Amino acid sequence: MRTKQMLLTLSTLFVCPSLMCPSLMFAGTVSGKVTYTGTPAHQKPIDMSKEPSCAKQHATPVITETVVTGANNALDNVVVYVSSGAPDDGQVPTQAITYTQKGCQYIPHVLAMHVNQEFDIVNDDQTSHNIHPLPKVNIEWNKSQPPGTAPIKEKYDKPEFIEVKCNIHPWMHGYFAVLKTSHYDVSKDGGDFKLPNLPPGKYTITAWHEKYGTQTADVTITGNETKDVNFTFKATAY
Amino acid sequence: MRFISAILFTAILGFVFGTGFTARAFAQEAPDVGPKPPLVVKPMESHIGNITGHSADAKSDYRRYCAGCHGDYGDANGENAVWLDPKPRDFTIATFKCRSTLTGTLPTDEDLFNTIGRGLTNSNMPIWNTFTKQQRADLVAYIKIFSPRWEHEKAGEPIKIPAEPPVTVESISHGKALFTKLECWKCHGPHGEGDGPSASTLTDSKDNPIRPYNFAAGGSDSRFKCGNSNQDIYKIFMTGVDGTPMPSFADVIQPNDAWDLVHFLRTLQVNRHGKENEVLAAAHGVIPPYVEKSPAPAAAPADNKSPGGGH
Repeated sequence: MRTKQMLLTLSTLFVCPSLMCPSLMFAGTVSGKVTYTGTPAHQKPIDMSKEPSCAKQHATPVITETVVTGANNALDNVVVYVSSGAPDDGQVPTQAITYTQKGCQYIPHVLAMHVNQEFDIVNDDQTSHNIHPLPKVNIEWNKSQPPGTAPIKEKYDKPEFIEVKCNIHPWMHGYFAVLKTSHYDVSKDGGDFKLPNLPPGKYTITAWHEKYGTQTADVTITGNETKDVNFTFKATAY
Repeated sequence: MRFISAILFTAILGFVFGTGFTARAFAQEAPDVGPKPPLVVKPMESHIGNITGHSADAKSDYRRYCAGCHGDYGDANGENAVWLDPKPRDFTIATFKCRSTLTGTLPTDEDLFNTIGRGLTNSNMPIWNTFTKQQRADLVAYIKIFSPRWEHEKAGEPIKIPAEPPVTVESISHGKALFTKLECWKCHGPHGEGDGPSASTLTDSKDNPIRPYNFAAGGSDSRFKCGNSNQDIYKIFMTGVDGTPMPSFADVIQPNDAWDLVHFLRTLQVNRHGKENEVLAAAHGVIPPYVEKSPAPAAAPADNKSPGGGH
């Protein structure tokens, strides 16, 4: 382990011997696109008539978000993260992240976070929601959040992909991606993702989709460079 | 004849196990191969008053009385489990319905002790009042061998319940306003009959269908799952019923408001003889609209989905 770290340090010194080193040291980037092949399941319009205060927020019916696609077979809402090669320094990001309930939908549909990172759950609707994440590894809880109440502050201490439900509005589905790394992104705007600030090293990148499972790719960063990594999921029609 | 029934039996067995294995294949998990490892009974304790329970002492009681449903390994896979609805508790995840502690925390030993003695109404969990207190305490300790949470975590702190104020028409009226505002009726129905707009869609945390509590059903002795005193009702909605759709309201209801809600919920038990229904009867069965006491000039929210009850 120690030799590996030493090698890493040496290679860093080797690729950037100038004074610019500190700013360039962590300049490696992995970026790419997530796409699918085949035909994904048809996403259906959601009937929100039982909750008029939400229904009226949408000019056209909201479509289920189990599979969100874009032009050229792009696949959104895929969590892409460094699953090995970057030892977690245990530093929990301090930036605030928010999971919003608006129009009886979860925004974002997938919220990625670091283990032990605090996040806020906000109810922007005129109706009560109950936030009921269904973890298997972390601890399960279930809280009511009527309109106008304070944000719920929570965190999870173990890595896990957690399904989130509102029992009152059964169409509401989302995910928490709790990760033991600070190198992650969620593909959006046409399947794009970007993992910046990677020190030189060998990494395994994992891509996770709620319906299509996981894929991995190995990549080596040697310095100030951007490596292209693309993931293709096989879509299933059901 | 015997031959044919043997074939039939094998076919049925094959079907039952076959579907089990298919489900596994979809989940892409390696099937468990070979016999299960022997169960290690960790030395766990429980403390209820001056009684100390020991897991080792409950081994035969658990196997005789509990394992049939909860399973030898506490994983809710006892041989009767497939026939039960709701399903037996899975002790390996240590999520418990009846707690005096906040949602997501472990219950106190006393909570578990009371659940065993009380049984769970509307389920197959009987009232184990034939056990001695020592036997129950030992079983509470035994339940803890199935989840590592009991080794790493302390039980939650029981919520503080202020003394119950007197039942008045005003408290019932305020409780009704809360029942409307907090949208309890979305599941429990406007008259507490368990028929709210979301009722038919509810599932528990293992995806089994589950029904919201019907307050109106039953006679004068209708029981709640987690006890039947007013304090128990207070605890149920404040701490939530973990593992089910019933959330915790501890963060959103003030303690005294919670008592008003308890008083209103009692009036939904229309056949029950109690002080709440007496107070309501004295008011000719009419719950007056709730008037906010504090100076709040803003228009009161339109009460167009007013739940009834006690009529």
